[in-house]
Amino acid sequence: MTQPSQRSLVVKPPRASVGVIGWLRQNLFSSALNTVFTLLAGYFLYVSIPPLIQWALLDADWIGDSRNDCTGEGACWVFIATRFKQFMYGFYPDTEQWRVNAAFLVLACLTAPLFVERFRYKMSLGLAIICGYPFLGYILFYGGFLGLPEVETYLWGGLMLTLVLAGIGIVLALPFGVLLALGRRSKMPVVRAASVTYIEIWRGVPLITVLFMSSVMLPLFFPEGVTLDKLLRALIGIVLFQSAYMAEVVRGGLQAIPRGQYEAAEALGLSYWKNMTLVILPQALKIVIPGIVNTFIALFKDTTLVLIIGLFDLLGIVQQAFADPDWLGFSVEGYVFSGLVFWLFCYGMSRYSQTLERRLHTGHAP
Amino acid sequence: MYSEKTPHDASVVTDETMIEMRDVHKWFGQFHVLKGIDLTVYKGERIVICGPSGSGKSTLIRCINHLETHQRGQIIIDGTELSEDLKDIERVRSEVGMVFQHFNLFPHLTVLENLSLAPVWVRGMPRRDAEKVAREYLERVRIPEQADKYPGQLSGGQQQRVAIARSLCMGPRIMLFDEPTSALDPEMIKEVLDVMVELAEEGMTMLCITHEMGFARTVANRVIFMDEGEIVEENAPSEFFDNPRHERTKLFLSQIL
Repeated sequence: MTQPSQRSLVVKPPRASVGVIGWLRQNLFSSALNTVFTLLAGYFLYVSIPPLIQWALLDADWIGDSRNDCTGEGACWVFIATRFKQFMYGFYPDTEQWRVNAAFLVLACLTAPLFVERFRYKMSLGLAIICGYPFLGYILFYGGFLGLPEVETYLWGGLMLTLVLAGIGIVLALPFGVLLALGRRSKMPVVRAASVTYIEIWRGVPLITVLFMSSVMLPLFFPEGVTLDKLLRALIGIVLFQSAYMAEVVRGGLQAIPRGQYEAAEALGLSYWKNMTLVILPQALKIVIPGIVNTFIALFKDTTLVLIIGLFDLLGIVQQAFADPDWLGFSVEGYVFSGLVFWLFCYGMSRYSQTLERRLHTGHAP
Repeated sequence: MYSEKTPHDASVVTDETMIEMRDVHKWFGQFHVLKGIDLTVYKGERIVICGPSGSGKSTLIRCINHLETHQRGQIIIDGTELSEDLKDIERVRSEVGMVFQHFNLFPHLTVLENLSLAPVWVRGMPRRDAEKVAREYLERVRIPEQADKYPGQLSGGQQQRVAIARSLCMGPRIMLFDEPTSALDPEMIKEVLDVMVELAEEGMTMLCITHEMGFARTVANRVIFMDEGEIVEENAPSEFFDNPRHERTKLFLSQIL
């Protein structure tokens, strides 16, 4: 049966607005000025991209074990390959490196279910990991238990050190930041004043200063005989510093929650802490996910500053390798490599935060 | 515009005192919001409070569950005097339900989670039981099918009914309504008022700020008119609407009716 009235309703959009041609016309050549920009950008890409591919991939040397294996026409990835272990583990003894791998593998396996949307016990598993993993991590990384020989922290380095610093920094800075943010909005004057003072002092100081003080000045105040591991001191410095930043990010989220939410929770008889953890923070933290991840990414990259107190993170150990007389003149490859590794981790965090935002979206605001 | 059923009047009202306010004063900075409020509410009473905006009616009922702190006088709720003692405040709050003008549902939780949150975390009820109770109340406010949606997906009228159900899940002895229909589109007012009428029929002690005068006439057994922080006039609804005694009341009624 034909239904002409219905068929006539189906009108195709004009050809010029759909498909590849339509897209090009709309987005690249919509006006004379845009056409000029498009052509300029195209020229710029043509000039820069092919040589880059030529250098990094086509002319590059991949296999070998000394600089003689590099022709010098393209990148010499042999440098990275021969040094790879050191870039990953620092000076961690060869025979013990499996412990680092094991620690990260266990962590990856434990956290994997947290990324599965349908997994129901995220909260309990997350708490269990946060409470239990530090012990396991300590035993594996540092040793001294279960027949594992101790590996002093000055031997730690490379990507492993970067991940340890950033991981612990991230896990601790967030809760401290949340507490500081709540403190800054507290009705109790002493708590509020203490939080404001803390935040303003730590935010006003460069991280380099903090690290330098933690490494050089802090030991002067310790009683005789008391020493604190250098890595631990750096970590404390990073956490104290970043939690001040985190506090301000979280405070922004707290301020965005309407008063009615606090009141509704109070009217139901929820105590302050239950109100915060069940009603206010879940909403506030969701709003500031972009800001939190921004701080995480900054923290991840700021770990490179530990170089100035003699800890060799990924960037530090790559730079240190430039000084090797056998490998002079390969700094570009080193920087490109470490830059790429940093970018991979930061981009991963960024992508995950976007997934999280989408998943936590529950329709319109109140 | 709502059902014509009238609560079986005086029968549900008892002489048991639920709320006792004695000479309650409250200031916002220099501004004297409540100027010596004396009010006794008996169990089962339905009281409608009206008055021009800024007259202190909202502040009055917010003092009852201590969302606002009174600075002078006494407020005794079901035998517990409100003081700065957090234990007392939390006990009173878990006995007094409150419905807000803007619903204030928790947008990050589903309807069912909104309802079971306080029973689980304040009363310590097992989650399964709390959800069962929650579903019963959703049935009573006639939206059982919305249990797994988020508040943002519901209409205003549905959200307000969820908010009423959320308060009822705590088994309150007193319900406070702060302009529950003012933020609603006209076609949704009835569905909310119907729920409130039913609640009144069951003998719930209710204090309701509203300008729905039809509701006041059929449901309330006392109407209180407030102006400039004082209770100007209180009377049975028929007397109040037909024979207002005070000039200010007459003026107000002439403006809204």
